[in-house]
Amino acid sequence: MDYCPHTPDDIKQMQAAIGVAGVDELFADIPQKFRLKQIPDIPSAMSELETVSVMSELARKNKLPQLTLTGAGAYHHFIPAVVGHIVGRAEFYTAYTPYQAEISQGILQAIYEYQTMIAHLTGTEIANASMYDGASAMIEAAVLCAKMSGKTKIIVARSVHPEYRQVLQTYCWANGYSVVELAYMPSGQIDLNALQNELDDQVAAVLVQSPNFFGVIEDIAPVADDVHKKGALLVAGFTDSTSLGILKPAGAAGADFVAGEGQSFGNPLNYGGPYLGIFAAREKFMRRIPGRLVGATEDKKGRRGFVLTLQTREQHIRREKATSNICSNEALCALAAGVYLAALGKNLRKLAELNIYKTQYLKNKLLQLAGWQEVFTAPVYNEIVLRCPDSKKLNEKLKNEGIIGGYELQKDYPELENSLLLCATEMISKTGIDRVVDIIK
Amino acid sequence: MELIFEISKPGRSAADISKSDVPVFNIEDAISKKYLRNDLDLPEVAEIDLIRHYTNLSRRNFGVDLGFYPLGSCTMKYNPKVNENVAMLPGFTGLHPYADAEFSQGNLQLMYEMQKYLCGIFGMAEFTLQPAAGAHGELTGMMMIKKYFEKKGRKRRVILIPDAAHGTNPASAALCGFDTVELRSNSEGGVDIEHLQSLMTEDVAALMLTNPNTLGLFERNIEKVAQIIHDKGGLLYGDGANANAFMGKTRPGDLGFDVIQLNLHKTFSTPHGGGGPGSGPVGVGKALIDFLPIPRILKTGDKYSWSEKFPDTIGRVRSFYGNFNVIVKAYAYIRSLGAEGLTHATEMAVLNANYIKEKLKPYYDLSYDRGCMHECVFSGKRQVAENGVHTTDIAKKLIDYGYHPPTIYFPLIVPEAIMIEPTETESKETLDIFCEAMISIAREAKENPDGVKNAPLTTPVTRLDEVLAARKPDVCWKKP
Amino acid sequence: MSKQNPQDRLYSRDHEWVKDNGDSTVIIGITDYAQEMLTDIVFVDLPEIGRKVVQKATVAVVESVKSVSDIYSPVGGEVIDVNKMLEDTPELINQDAFGEGWIVKMRPSDASELKMLLSAADYEEMLKEEKK
Repeated sequence: MDYCPHTPDDIKQMQAAIGVAGVDELFADIPQKFRLKQIPDIPSAMSELETVSVMSELARKNKLPQLTLTGAGAYHHFIPAVVGHIVGRAEFYTAYTPYQAEISQGILQAIYEYQTMIAHLTGTEIANASMYDGASAMIEAAVLCAKMSGKTKIIVARSVHPEYRQVLQTYCWANGYSVVELAYMPSGQIDLNALQNELDDQVAAVLVQSPNFFGVIEDIAPVADDVHKKGALLVAGFTDSTSLGILKPAGAAGADFVAGEGQSFGNPLNYGGPYLGIFAAREKFMRRIPGRLVGATEDKKGRRGFVLTLQTREQHIRREKATSNICSNEALCALAAGVYLAALGKNLRKLAELNIYKTQYLKNKLLQLAGWQEVFTAPVYNEIVLRCPDSKKLNEKLKNEGIIGGYELQKDYPELENSLLLCATEMISKTGIDRVVDIIK
Repeated sequence: MELIFEISKPGRSAADISKSDVPVFNIEDAISKKYLRNDLDLPEVAEIDLIRHYTNLSRRNFGVDLGFYPLGSCTMKYNPKVNENVAMLPGFTGLHPYADAEFSQGNLQLMYEMQKYLCGIFGMAEFTLQPAAGAHGELTGMMMIKKYFEKKGRKRRVILIPDAAHGTNPASAALCGFDTVELRSNSEGGVDIEHLQSLMTEDVAALMLTNPNTLGLFERNIEKVAQIIHDKGGLLYGDGANANAFMGKTRPGDLGFDVIQLNLHKTFSTPHGGGGPGSGPVGVGKALIDFLPIPRILKTGDKYSWSEKFPDTIGRVRSFYGNFNVIVKAYAYIRSLGAEGLTHATEMAVLNANYIKEKLKPYYDLSYDRGCMHECVFSGKRQVAENGVHTTDIAKKLIDYGYHPPTIYFPLIVPEAIMIEPTETESKETLDIFCEAMISIAREAKENPDGVKNAPLTTPVTRLDEVLAARKPDVCWKKP
Repeated sequence: MSKQNPQDRLYSRDHEWVKDNGDSTVIIGITDYAQEMLTDIVFVDLPEIGRKVVQKATVAVVESVKSVSDIYSPVGGEVIDVNKMLEDTPELINQDAFGEGWIVKMRPSDASELKMLLSAADYEEMLKEEKK
């Protein structure tokens, strides 16, 4: 299928207007020796019908699970029908970045509303219009802390998502920062003593996650106290944003930056992307934070309107002095999140409660089986770590039944043998959980 | 229009939550009260009001589906609907990234083949699909360059960047700890070869070059440029944002580029989404393959899997694998167009841009009068000199004519710049009517400048007070 | 049209002015020409009191909607006061660049550096050359 409207007649007329005999003349600046005869290694063009056929076949090569027990940074949540209808509107999804505010009031206002809801949910005063994902959001917060203070040591809890810590290592290597990882306690929470030992006046930022990778809820307030006493800044992350519907936000407990993954707000699993980097901060950092910001203002007639503001933070103005290079973000995913939050409203708490009920039920049923144990003792949200007799065998068994089992922690935490990170959201039914337990028996 | 908070009323909801089919209990029995929040200030609206709110917001927004959107450097081509449809197949949207490879062979095959296709189109040895956007890809490329020299035991501190470059270029380089040095353009809008020669030392890691550049001009001396860089052991980085100008005509790999980043949301027709999501794949020549981010896809027989066993990798630049659903759309686009279609797209894109250039040349100052590629850059200098009508005014007046304005004030080396990129999906009629509008505005700028300076008049809001927005930022609504 | 450049102070090539208070302190600001170039100023990033800078180092940053400009200290020394009014009303620089829009007060470390600066007449000459 070709989307160029040009008829042979159009092409003739246009060539004449330009003064060339053929289109090839327009590529005269490309030296002959570098001219390509044909693009290699690509299958021939297809009709729309054939395209659908090929893509459907590819999609069929995937196997959708009956049920998934894995969270670990990406969560299977229910997306209300309204979300798809709104983000499917061409006026939104075929638009570009709203630099021309007068014809972009739609997306600008929607993002302003999103910013407002996120700031409230995270217990902070400002939220930007999105980053790429939870990992880059957290890590860009850390980099910002380093750039603001000139200090080069970053402390990160081992209970932060392993991939997020890998991204941190990569970005810190690129910038010449050092990274120290902090142990966790038998409760599953961060080891405050270890933190106090590592904190010195060279630390720019401390990164924690709550609920952390083990599903455990961290006590942020004492961490914030220790961090601030040493003149460092606290970045608190999260991976299932629905947790913000019931848990006290890190911003309210003293975090300077709250940055994490917003995929749970109205965005499908999508095999890992596009996701939504949520980035929120204390007001005093407003003129330094990365990413786009929508601000409210007035037009000449005093009517309320919205614009991208404080653009002097960004790369197109600061260039090499910018604290981030982000340009395109995850705007449409943020729109989906905004619609999701507006739809659920206060029911977000009910949703979170349902997740907690399901997870506790799953836990209780599994603990009835021989050889199953809880690994940590601190409270959890919708994920929990359980040790079982043979986690590999178990996941194989489940896989053969078309079920995605728990996340095996051993590869990232060698000390946690046969331990599975299990997640139960509102998408798992009681029957489903009972069936899983039956299969395992 | 009211904010969603302003139409909120306690007790309303637009989404219900199923009753629990598992035992319920007092939450505080499982989670101590100190961990729980005691306020949740989210909107409470009925579904009908929610839908009306966002639908009406959408009607205050302009997308490619509404009209011509000639934003230079952004390649706002039409987003084919078949791609939107196939991307919504549950097989693509429903899998958890940690699903066993047995569950996700379709996805893995798609990504693997996508990498191969991009290698063919751009002449590179391997690709990563991990970066989430062009700027993210630039950073990834910079990181691989840094690792390359580290592996050689040499620390090169400098990246050369042309004065016409997009802001993300120096920003990405700086974020990798490089120093950036500006490279001058010559009078033809290409690289000043003498200046390049004087700047190229063994402390320069790479030159970041956009080709064609942000003026829409192909670098005529590309062979010499590549040679100067490579002779001193440096690498040539290509910003592939303008790839729409050369598909099927030439390939960056053949021109001497060692690493390039692409923008799927530009060249490969995936929607811009109001600012994102995009996708910024990075292609490398043989010299940089080992440094690609992990995980990477392995193909054994006809089975695909992820592997992290690459000891020299730069690591990860994000969680999971990339903006997969965006990649699905771009893949469908490539399969749909084939080699012929991609080449034809490039030809028509360049034809359209040159056509506009010829038609508008008598009315607006052309920054460089030579054949352009997929975009052309004018300057509003003449209009400023005549009656103080600035490029901003011309852009705002175009809005009243029903267009999204072109890119303005970029590149920085052209005063009052107007960058027009029509793309290949626009018809001759659309271009003719657009040129008529531009010509009409040029005339109005001469005869009735205030009519242009006061634009736009047909939009829900007129020009907004950006100074107020920056002096007293209001980025979060507060209950009055 | 730019306001007159006052005679009672010295100027740098980067469009800053320095006024000697006569008590080994100086006040620094930017010229009216500079504020016109910057257009509406929206934010001024002021240094902490006590900060020491060398001549030509960035001592403050001035932002308009679409640009960021470093203010280079015309002399080296210690910052002993900043114009706090600029925090809430950065537009003072636009309105009264030579008066209420002053930016920092410094104690210069080397009085001889003042000799490298331009008189009002020399500064105006420089502007004429630039405009060509």
